[in-house]
Amino acid sequence: MSAVTTASTTATTGPARAPSPLKQLVLTEAKLFVRDWIGPIWGMGLPLILLIVFGSIGALHKPTASLGGRPLMYLYVPVVIFLGAALICLIASSGTLASYRERGVLRRFGTTPAGATRLLSAQLIVNLAMVLIMAAVIVIVARLNYGVPLPTQFGGFILTLMLAVFALMGIGLCIASVAKTSRIAQGLGALCFYPMMFFSGLWLPIPQMSPLLQHISHATPLGAAVTAMADTLGGTFPPLLYLGILAGWAVASGLLARRMFRWD
Amino acid sequence: MSVIEVEHLSKAYGSTVAVDDVSFSVQEGEIFGILGPNGAGKTTTVECMEGLRPQDSGSVRILGLDPHADRDQLTQVLGVQLQESALPDKLYVSEALDLYSSFYRNPVDWRALVKTLGLGTKTGTMFKKLSGGQKQRLSIALALVGNPKVAVLDELTTGLDPEARRDTWDLISGVRDRGVTIVLVTHFMEEAEHLCDRVALVDSGRIVALDTPAALAESINAGMTVRFLTPATFDPELLSALPDVTSVVRRGDTVTVTGNGNVLAAVTTVLARHEIEPRQLRVEQATLEDAFLTIVGRHGEHGNKEG
Repeated sequence: MSAVTTASTTATTGPARAPSPLKQLVLTEAKLFVRDWIGPIWGMGLPLILLIVFGSIGALHKPTASLGGRPLMYLYVPVVIFLGAALICLIASSGTLASYRERGVLRRFGTTPAGATRLLSAQLIVNLAMVLIMAAVIVIVARLNYGVPLPTQFGGFILTLMLAVFALMGIGLCIASVAKTSRIAQGLGALCFYPMMFFSGLWLPIPQMSPLLQHISHATPLGAAVTAMADTLGGTFPPLLYLGILAGWAVASGLLARRMFRWD
Repeated sequence: MSVIEVEHLSKAYGSTVAVDDVSFSVQEGEIFGILGPNGAGKTTTVECMEGLRPQDSGSVRILGLDPHADRDQLTQVLGVQLQESALPDKLYVSEALDLYSSFYRNPVDWRALVKTLGLGTKTGTMFKKLSGGQKQRLSIALALVGNPKVAVLDELTTGLDPEARRDTWDLISGVRDRGVTIVLVTHFMEEAEHLCDRVALVDSGRIVALDTPAALAESINAGMTVRFLTPATFDPELLSALPDVTSVVRRGDTVTVTGNGNVLAAVTTVLARHEIEPRQLRVEQATLEDAFLTIVGRHGEHGNKEG
């Protein structure tokens, strides 16, 4: 079928030129993200509240020997950013995707030219955008209120954030693959969330952990991500080891999700 | 011209055979019905056509396209309504239609479409606030918004009230009149009888009969029944002697005559000759439902004996 004949029939029935499928999908998924209270409140509101809570603790502003003389706030900024990212990608997104499968949304997409994979891409793009917005708010508030420097190593900051979102999305997709319903997905998401947050240093900063726990932390996605990002706040490019660990998690979980994910 | 060619299609889930060597073809502009009891393999058959399921063997061609190999081209011209599919709860009707429109190269104006479907006032409503019938109509709109050449509709009017069902039938007839070929999966006999040019009766994964609804009804040889009211002086013997009549029963003023396809002409001729005026003359014919029950019932018994 030639493009010319198709175009000539469009004029009679079609509305004005529509945006591309992916663009329209991203727009739609973004609206749905905002309407679903889990993402905005937990994924974007909670990191800000925690930043303010941690910011009010005086001890976190004192220079810390284990952190090369920098205050612990340098670590808590990435911790709250990845807490928000984990809530968005692990809990909100895996729940949404599981419900899409449960309710036949993915099947229906599979019969359209857009395809169900494009819906997953749209989810990833929306999550990435929301995490970037949240991270921007956090670093700006941290700079203005608590004097934590901006991530002057901007490339390293963005790279760490993106790799962490890919890794979290991969794990979220694996959860959405094994969970039959959106409730189970959210439950499994929470089950992964707490240990991951522990190893990110939410309760006990990584430098204050025992050497064994530090090693484990650095091998987990969020432990590696927090350590890498803390460096970018000081203007240093993060060690490749941590970026490699994040990339490894992203690739491994992505491949696993690809094998396990069911469309119906 | 054959728009859909299904040849020797088979699909099993483990040891359960869902579709067993099914073949049929659908002509351009035809409304083709797939009718059968629950679990007969109707939905699996159309899922193989929609590319949602790979078949074990056999082939499917729609407009010459393979549902898997030519997925990108086929999805542009194939409209699909799935039996059970929902949209995200918080998606507005207008957003769903905008979204689906963006998928297709040549979409129709969805505003006109929803008006025809009686959803014109619901475009600003979230999906979760729609009634079951409204959700169903939206799913029909989404199947047609891409201006498809072929539409596969699974359980088209399930969940609709009788009036909405009639409106939907009119809409589907109108869509067909524009040249769209339609495959309709249904378990409503009335719907198949009203809409379909040809019907495939499916049972236990096999096509047990395939013909026009009228021919299927005729094929079971149930004959015709004529019923009328007449004064008590009428002698039923006048009719029972006729070669086209198999039985005459009189109950009060009501006479019921059964016979072959010519029974109506034979009865009215005799009544006219004797100057008897039948009141409230009624003719009853075997319906698709009778045919369905007879054919599928027969097939089922046969199958049981074998199994």
